[in-house]
Amino acid sequence: MDLTKDEEAALEGEQGESLALAYRVLVAIGEATDADRLLPVEWAHLSGINYNTIGDAGEEFLSRLSKDAKFKIKTTLNPMGFDFDTVSKYNLDDEFIKKQSSIKNSYEKMGAIPSFSCIPYEIFDLPKNGTNVSFAESNAAIYVNSISKLKTNKEGAFSALASALTGKSPFSDLRKDETRDPNLTIRMKVNKKDELAFGLLGYYAGKVAGSSVSISGVKDLDKRSCKSLCAGMGTSGTCGMFTFGDAKGETVDFDKKEMQTIHDELNTADSGDIITLGSPQLGLDEISNLAGMLKGRTFKKRCLVFCPRAIQEQARKFGYAKEIERAGGELLYDCCICLTPLIDKKNVDSVITNSVKGAYYLHTSNGVDVNLKNLSQIVEEETK
Amino acid sequence: MTLKIIVKGKAEGIALVAKNPMNFLGAVDKKTGKVRDEKHDLFGKSLAEKILVFPFGVGSSVGAYTIYSLKSNKCAPQAMICLKADLTTASGCALANIPLVVASKEEYNSIKDGTKILLDAENGKIL
Repeated sequence: MDLTKDEEAALEGEQGESLALAYRVLVAIGEATDADRLLPVEWAHLSGINYNTIGDAGEEFLSRLSKDAKFKIKTTLNPMGFDFDTVSKYNLDDEFIKKQSSIKNSYEKMGAIPSFSCIPYEIFDLPKNGTNVSFAESNAAIYVNSISKLKTNKEGAFSALASALTGKSPFSDLRKDETRDPNLTIRMKVNKKDELAFGLLGYYAGKVAGSSVSISGVKDLDKRSCKSLCAGMGTSGTCGMFTFGDAKGETVDFDKKEMQTIHDELNTADSGDIITLGSPQLGLDEISNLAGMLKGRTFKKRCLVFCPRAIQEQARKFGYAKEIERAGGELLYDCCICLTPLIDKKNVDSVITNSVKGAYYLHTSNGVDVNLKNLSQIVEEETK
Repeated sequence: MTLKIIVKGKAEGIALVAKNPMNFLGAVDKKTGKVRDEKHDLFGKSLAEKILVFPFGVGSSVGAYTIYSLKSNKCAPQAMICLKADLTTASGCALANIPLVVASKEEYNSIKDGTKILLDAENGKIL
């Protein structure tokens, strides 16, 4: 890799060990992915915020790093394990709360915006088309590549962290126009086009596609289905973007049978003890829509609804939060379904969700069974 | 000599050659540097101070933090030599400043377990 004189000097430690470390990470990842240089990026979105995902080793590392390191560009954060306002209600162990608090403080000390959201594309103003950013949350990376026309690789926790510290990223993969050009088209052949169908399509696409994929047979994708597609895709593979239409190269069909196979793989229960909505976290239009669907109805079991803090405040202002809470829902923020300690197999055997990504992580990480069905069906069957 | 330098530096130590891929998060005890996965061919051995030679890393990317912890706990390998660069091992060695190179198949196969080697990951040489 060719580095500029300044980059070389920083790598050698002339600007301190934290920057040297960040450049070592960028160079190591760049060499491993055949990049020939580093590019400037304007915004880093970091993963590895939840104590459940990074553990003691991560907590110790961040605590040490934050003693002198400062983020150089706009840096936003993924959800953590819970929100500090309501955590006392949830009977979590003190050790988890202490470690989560330390992680939160380390990131904030380095200058991160405490967004704790996996949908930065819905709560922040986006830079202009073609801008390079560095997003570690997979649904967000896919969303901004595909819908917002920004450029990012499907970054890992360390490459995004190194980008935040340096404002740079290796010039590789989806930062190159030729890689963004899909060489596989998936034809959507399923008639039922709800958010669950698109989540399953995404999960299928992630498995079969390379860096970029084209999806044909899809028109007027609403926000909920689009986010579901991005999240499903990010969960199962390395694919980091999609386009609509027909691309050159191979074509495969996503039909009812294919969809059923994936549904059977992820759906491990006929019903559940609790309901969770919000992986990715819900935006304001989804919250407003949910409040509308719940008019005159009450949940038969606990329902946890996850959204960003900023959205929760607006939902309160517009009365949507009140309606959801009247129906028995709980609005949670700063955290999401994935790996939250609030859903534990000690208290819960099975969870109902409409999220393919949520289903995957609930099953593999939280160790609970999942009943996967679309939102209309959830409201129909689980409220009275 | 065809070494790809992922994290540069120089190191001298005894080669510890693994047949199986390494899962740093699950299989290595970060406090002692010992391999604790019974199914791994290095089970019970310590990575500390060795030149660790293994095909590639597998498992959670959080394994990179484990590599950093090994270094903080003074039980990390001196250097690592792989056949394929995975992002977890690359990130972890970068965080911990442990020299890491990718060797060609031929060169990789010529490294014998238990021999003393000098890795020059500045100029890309194994002596």
